Amino acid sequence: MAMAALRREGRRFLLPTASSAPTIAARSAISNEESCLFGVRSISTQIVRNRMKSVKNIQKITKAMKMVAASKLRGVQIRTEASRGVWQPFIALLGDSPSIDVKKNVIVTVSSDKGLCGGINSTSVKVSKALFKVYSGPEKEPKYVILGEKGKAQLVRDSKDHIMLSVSELQKNPVNYTQVSVLADDILKNVEFDALRVVYNKFRSIVLFIPTVSTILSPETIEKESEAGGSLGDLDLYEIEGGETKSEVLQNLTEFQFSCVMFNAVLENACSELGARMSAMDSSSRNAGEMLDRLTLAYNRTRQASITTELIEIISGASALEG
Amino acid sequence: MLGSIISSSGYGFFQNSPSRSSLGWIQNEGKAMYRHVSRLLNRASAAAAGVRSPASSCSRSASRVLSTDVTAAPALDSTFLETWKKVAPTIDPPTTPLTFMKPRPAVPSTIPTKLTVNFVLPYQSEISNKEVDMVIIPATTGQMGVLPGHVATIAELKPGVMSVHEGNDVTKYFVSSGFAFIHANSYADIVAVEAVPLDQIDPSLVQKGLADFTQKLGSAVSDLEKAEAQIGVDVHSALNSALTG
Repeated sequence: MAMAALRREGRRFLLPTASSAPTIAARSAISNEESCLFGVRSISTQIVRNRMKSVKNIQKITKAMKMVAASKLRGVQIRTEASRGVWQPFIALLGDSPSIDVKKNVIVTVSSDKGLCGGINSTSVKVSKALFKVYSGPEKEPKYVILGEKGKAQLVRDSKDHIMLSVSELQKNPVNYTQVSVLADDILKNVEFDALRVVYNKFRSIVLFIPTVSTILSPETIEKESEAGGSLGDLDLYEIEGGETKSEVLQNLTEFQFSCVMFNAVLENACSELGARMSAMDSSSRNAGEMLDRLTLAYNRTRQASITTELIEIISGASALEG
Repeated sequence: MLGSIISSSGYGFFQNSPSRSSLGWIQNEGKAMYRHVSRLLNRASAAAAGVRSPASSCSRSASRVLSTDVTAAPALDSTFLETWKKVAPTIDPPTTPLTFMKPRPAVPSTIPTKLTVNFVLPYQSEISNKEVDMVIIPATTGQMGVLPGHVATIAELKPGVMSVHEGNDVTKYFVSSGFAFIHANSYADIVAVEAVPLDQIDPSLVQKGLADFTQKLGSAVSDLEKAEAQIGVDVHSALNSALTG
């Protein structure tokens, strides 16, 4: 760049150097033209400085969000791992049956309210839509129950008619079992179902979230399947204690199972959301740092180039006066 | 937009006791599920009792199991996988909870000597895979003793005392309702909503609660109030007899 400046100055020597004022005017006119013609030098340092300030702010904000997510994750992770035992007795009793064919499927999608959490909500919605296709058939059409704003935003676009219920602001207060069981009660009351499929992201580690689907069958379906044999065939061997009839006990059982599974699903999804947000904010602040480095280099180049230009003008002016 | 995210994310601290203020109404009128017994239970137990130290929860049943473990019904899973592949070949199929659980042993031919007990609450796994001699559970039909080799049973629980007998040690808990599954392979799973060791219950609060709810039962008008008051009376009298008996 310095060589180009010298070449330009060389050209200027050929101009008539009669009196100082017109030459100074000519010189400044020429240097203005030059600054418009050549790229980086024409960006004034002010613009670069503004960009640097905003990128630095972004970096600070994303770093702060990462810290907040990390501190919340610690608390939620403990509770999630403690709650992992609560659905296991039900699976031990009833088995796991994602492929039991029923007429009325309800897909309960658990998603987050806030964004900036990576791809977990998109994964949940993709899995829910695929499950919808798996369970649709000639006479059966699944329905959706959505927890969380982000899932609702994505599903409303093409499955608006199939959404039965949507819940938001679940995470406003720290999740506890009473709140979730009230929610489960609401869902059970308003929705007719033969099978509930709860879709959520299971938290394995900060970088690994596994989409999982838990199935809860309605009491009538359980009775039908246990009579038909198959995975639930052993259910008949169990004696029932308490309650007047078997169906009453089964009704309570499914309700309890649903609230326990929902509690675990909501906690796991909250954990996954915080972990995904942590890693998203981490990569974003790293990106901002790199961008800041590049901008700093450009800023320094611009600054030095303008200093060099000034020096060259002074020196060439001085040597023109001498020579 | 980012500023608002930061200001709203300053909340959210670890809270262990169930929220009491948000349940002005209860819709479990005719049902035998004492789901809000846990709320009454927490009121009766001492202040420090509600806080369990999460570090001490031995959740061995927590999943560190690889998905290569044999599942109980592989036939069903493969039908699901096939249907999935037809419908959405590009997306990985979701996992099912069975892959995250240790499989249970088959029914042994002879009656085993010990009963393996899993006692889980939503907030922690109180006992996991512990081998004991006997458990006595408060089923709705009365106290039920479970020994190894007990016939497979699904039992609904009412608020009462559950005791775990291991040799000469007896650990007693007061459980709010829940379910108990006894499997043919001498595994007992007890799922309860809330459980406290007996020594953490404050007797004076129990008496006060009992008096309160008996009075409410007398003055109740609607079915909902009557049901709530009845449940309160049941729980507190069970607590009373647990402390005295």
